[in-house]
Amino acid sequence: MQDYINLFVKSIFVDNMVFAFFLGMCSFLAVSKSVKTATGLGIAVVFVLAVTLPINYLLNRYILAPGALVWLNPEYATLDLSFLSFIVFIAVIAAFVQIVEMVVEKYSPTLYSSLGIFLPLIAVNCAVLGGSLFMQERGYANVGEAFTFGLGSGFGWMLAIVTMAAIREKLSYSNVPKPLKGLGISFIITGLMGIAFMSFMGIKL
Amino acid sequence: MNKDIYRKPIFTANPITVLVLGICSALAVTVQLKGACVMALSVTLVTGFSSMIVSMLRNTIPNRIRIIVQLLIVALFVILIDQFLKAYAYDVSKQLSVYIGLIITNCIIMGRIEAFALGNKPIPSLIDGLANGFGYGMILVFIAFIRELLGSGTLFGYQIIPQSWYVANGGFYENNGLMILPPMALILVGCIIWIQRSVQKDLQEK
Repeated sequence: MQDYINLFVKSIFVDNMVFAFFLGMCSFLAVSKSVKTATGLGIAVVFVLAVTLPINYLLNRYILAPGALVWLNPEYATLDLSFLSFIVFIAVIAAFVQIVEMVVEKYSPTLYSSLGIFLPLIAVNCAVLGGSLFMQERGYANVGEAFTFGLGSGFGWMLAIVTMAAIREKLSYSNVPKPLKGLGISFIITGLMGIAFMSFMGIKL
Repeated sequence: MNKDIYRKPIFTANPITVLVLGICSALAVTVQLKGACVMALSVTLVTGFSSMIVSMLRNTIPNRIRIIVQLLIVALFVILIDQFLKAYAYDVSKQLSVYIGLIITNCIIMGRIEAFALGNKPIPSLIDGLANGFGYGMILVFIAFIRELLGSGTLFGYQIIPQSWYVANGGFYENNGLMILPPMALILVGCIIWIQRSVQKDLQEK
């Protein structure tokens, strides 16, 4: 149990998707103008990451990794399908996002209209594909770890976008130099937040 | 032919500093110049060729599933590049790790496909894609140049700052360790935007 908690905390703070790996920056900068929409997108990303990561883990474990097809036939022990992983992962993510969009549209039109524009965006959010690729690279031991990592990095991303949105809401009252206004200052603030987040690196987990 | 197709993405509509696309992978690979150059080249090729293919297929892709089809076309080119790098430049491929795979979700590529390739002929789409990739790569290489020179005192892995300057050898110079850390890339991009918008006043936000 302790391992899972460690991994969860680590993926939120130490290996934060935005500040440590710059993943999901595009929507991070585009959608962080108000706390409310940022929270909506954050929840959607947490959900998609927490579901697609275990799926991709199983696909990687039983189909894509070198020698993973042994369960089908011992002859396949030397088969290595890992070159297909990009295409499989992105297909799973895009298909899942499309399914979520259709389900939400059918059963909860109010939620759909408030989240509608962000849902298709998640398919091309680098944090989601990045989560799957990191999972593959770091070789997590079982589905539970993959799920914990997905949930943790999703919450880390949500934390980053919500705090950023809160800062930007206040920023509209401050007197920023003209050429730096909007985009420029957002980059610099993200950088400063990143430096603050680096202090979590000292935590031994 | 319209010169704007290749002139605009490089200056007035640069994908990184003006359109804010493709930041995700742009920053992580800029610690060293070598990785940045490989990344810039890869993104340029993927953007160009996937734009061209999507443009060829633009009248046959059903609208509702076009995102998946586009992603698969892009993924195909990224796999080719990834396999090529693994075979011929293994150390660079290791250094770039997941960021090669993340070219798939690079917003520049999807952005250009959605905004340009879906409504234009293959050849202009190819040029548009290559030019956008180049505009992206230019910023990438520039940031990597500053970060590697000031952060490690090297360029392409070769020592540029003379060894005798360093404090360890009785000199006065010390590498700026902050440059190597991830947040510095963000602050540098912020500064580039600042400089560009001071010159081109029409880009300033209200």
